[in-house]
Amino acid sequence: MTVQIASPKFKSNARAALKDAQLQRALGKVEQGFVGKRRMVADRLPEFEALRDLARDIKDHTLAHLDLYLEAWERRATEQGGQVHWAATAEDARRIILDICKRRGAKTVTKGKSMIAEEIGLNDHLVEHGVTPVETDLGEYIIQLRHEAPSHIIAPAIHLNKDQIEADFRRAHAELPPERNLEEPASLMAEARAVLREKFLAADVGITGANFLIAETGSSVIVTNEGNGDLTQTLPKVHIVLASIEKVVPTLEDATTILRVLARSATGQEMSVYTTFSTGPRREGDPDGPEEYHVVILDNGRSSTLGGKFREMLRCIRCGACMNHCPVYAAVGGHAYGWVYPGPMGAVLTPSLIGIDKAGHLPNASTFCGRCEEVCPVRIPLPKLMRHWREREFERHLSPATVRWGLGFWAFFARRPWLYRPATRLAMKTLARFGGRRGRMHWLPLAGSWTRHRDFPVPERDTFQAQWKKRLKAEAKQKAEAEAAAREAEKAEEKARENVT
Amino acid sequence: MSRDLILGSIRRSLGVTGTEAPRRTVTNDRLSRHPRGVVPERGALSPRKRLNLFRDMLAEANGTLQEVASPDDVPAAVADYLRSKNLPLEIRRGADPRLEAIPWQNEKALEVSVGRSDGRQLAAVSHAFKAVAETGTLVLVSGPDNPTTLNFLPEHHIVVVDAKDVAGDYETVWDALRKKVGKHFPRTVNWITGASRSADIEQVLLHGAHGPKGLHVLVVGRP
Repeated sequence: MTVQIASPKFKSNARAALKDAQLQRALGKVEQGFVGKRRMVADRLPEFEALRDLARDIKDHTLAHLDLYLEAWERRATEQGGQVHWAATAEDARRIILDICKRRGAKTVTKGKSMIAEEIGLNDHLVEHGVTPVETDLGEYIIQLRHEAPSHIIAPAIHLNKDQIEADFRRAHAELPPERNLEEPASLMAEARAVLREKFLAADVGITGANFLIAETGSSVIVTNEGNGDLTQTLPKVHIVLASIEKVVPTLEDATTILRVLARSATGQEMSVYTTFSTGPRREGDPDGPEEYHVVILDNGRSSTLGGKFREMLRCIRCGACMNHCPVYAAVGGHAYGWVYPGPMGAVLTPSLIGIDKAGHLPNASTFCGRCEEVCPVRIPLPKLMRHWREREFERHLSPATVRWGLGFWAFFARRPWLYRPATRLAMKTLARFGGRRGRMHWLPLAGSWTRHRDFPVPERDTFQAQWKKRLKAEAKQKAEAEAAAREAEKAEEKARENVT
Repeated sequence: MSRDLILGSIRRSLGVTGTEAPRRTVTNDRLSRHPRGVVPERGALSPRKRLNLFRDMLAEANGTLQEVASPDDVPAAVADYLRSKNLPLEIRRGADPRLEAIPWQNEKALEVSVGRSDGRQLAAVSHAFKAVAETGTLVLVSGPDNPTTLNFLPEHHIVVVDAKDVAGDYETVWDALRKKVGKHFPRTVNWITGASRSADIEQVLLHGAHGPKGLHVLVVGRP
């Protein structure tokens, strides 16, 4: 389904998400699942940090030579019988894919999970033109039945509980006996396997994304655990790969290095179950494989991103570690972000793709705790990039009046230290009086949206600067005392020596 | 048109024209020399220990392994596996010469057919190009004798691999593949690490999502 942009409503989305008991139960599992497993596999591989450095360097090197590696990849892919289509915009990509489907008279299209397909709104476009897309990743299949967007880039249905999925399956698979037992996740999965198996075998075209394109061999690479991507691309007569320009890497060795950090960062696996390197269509004598192999290579604004402050974001390999470790994501889930890419990576990427005017809330929805940067396998400085967006939002006068007024008020004092110090001293004294002896405040003027949800801590009695001054003074005193004591000791020692001689 | 637009925009962003000789030298060098990155030491072991590591890592990914002394022992091992899973004694296999050389007729009850899968077979037998101890990964290469459908459609996938083909790391396998195929990279190279799985429903880990529910590896010969 095409994702409608709901990012401008982030605040109300988040409020609704916090009140949604079902969603909160589902989100509780993100941390216990992904975070611990990632830690475990990272700890048992001594080279993990060195691999992260190298993955970052490979991506940087490739981005700095992106034009040449794309040309090299295109040359090799074409030599092996692949057909390469360049798409500057989402519209171009949709048109190219629909044209291929129409030329082959396609009625149904199976799809492996592709965030870029979500980004360009491919499914709705196909439906509008009489082609039925069938998502085959279990999570994507579930959300397609619900006409929802994915709420996580690698676990699209992570916001749902099994009772909801059972209800969806009973509604969508009405031809199956109503008395069947679907209580357990295993029975749900078995049903999806059986239903989708028929779709795989009947599909005219298979569309997958790509985790990598390899310049050395002209290959595309997909990584899955279910095997749905492989059935999608092996069984139909036509395989279409949808990839964005920053997916290219130079060599098999480079892809291998990044693969070593991808699954570990994403699901905490040593390696995903199926990593598949595809190069061109079926060869002479091959008993299976697609007759046509197309790659649609999408820009959609990325080439401009390459030139600015946000280039580092193009290193992203879509593992989802940043959202798995994000306290904001854990509290509100992926849908609150209002578009395809949630969490910290979404907070940086979404403004580049749909505009800071629509996505301004996202880089503001951060506590700047820095966990995302700590776990990012290609070391993207996500907090720094969110800060850049905040600056740009301010420069373009997009921030709300209260924020601008507040910042202006603060800046007035901050630029005048002689005024700032007494003012903060006074403010702290006042706050301390408000808090009384409890040390916490249940209510505070102008901070109602904070105190409605939690208490405001009463500040220490002194300002930081005053405390720092005190500390320096104390240290100086201590040092002077120590020096005096040392001098005394020296003198005593000298005296003792004199006495001996 | 889009092509020139995209490449032009990339070059504007990078402040280059695309004709600079030093940039071309750097990229051509990397593509032809394909330097190795950081290779984990985990797999740098004696052949016996390497095979043990492969077995352990495979087990973590819910795959099973049996060692057999020679290709002659494969049919009985296949039949044993099928019986243990309560499956009919039928397999579909590719025409790989190493599978052709196996005396399937020795296992009288075992029905063996050759070719791709159309989705009706419950069990398939493939021959792996190599295995990687580092993560318990099998490497399979498509071709006229090795249908890719056998790797994904049947419910159980039995993979035969020579003990001497168990490598420590992926890089060793890439070099071996380059040596074998030259510039003609195979249509499909499959890395398979364990049985098909999904955790999309409430993060409960389940096996047999779309691909095989069972992955069984038969290692032939001495490491």
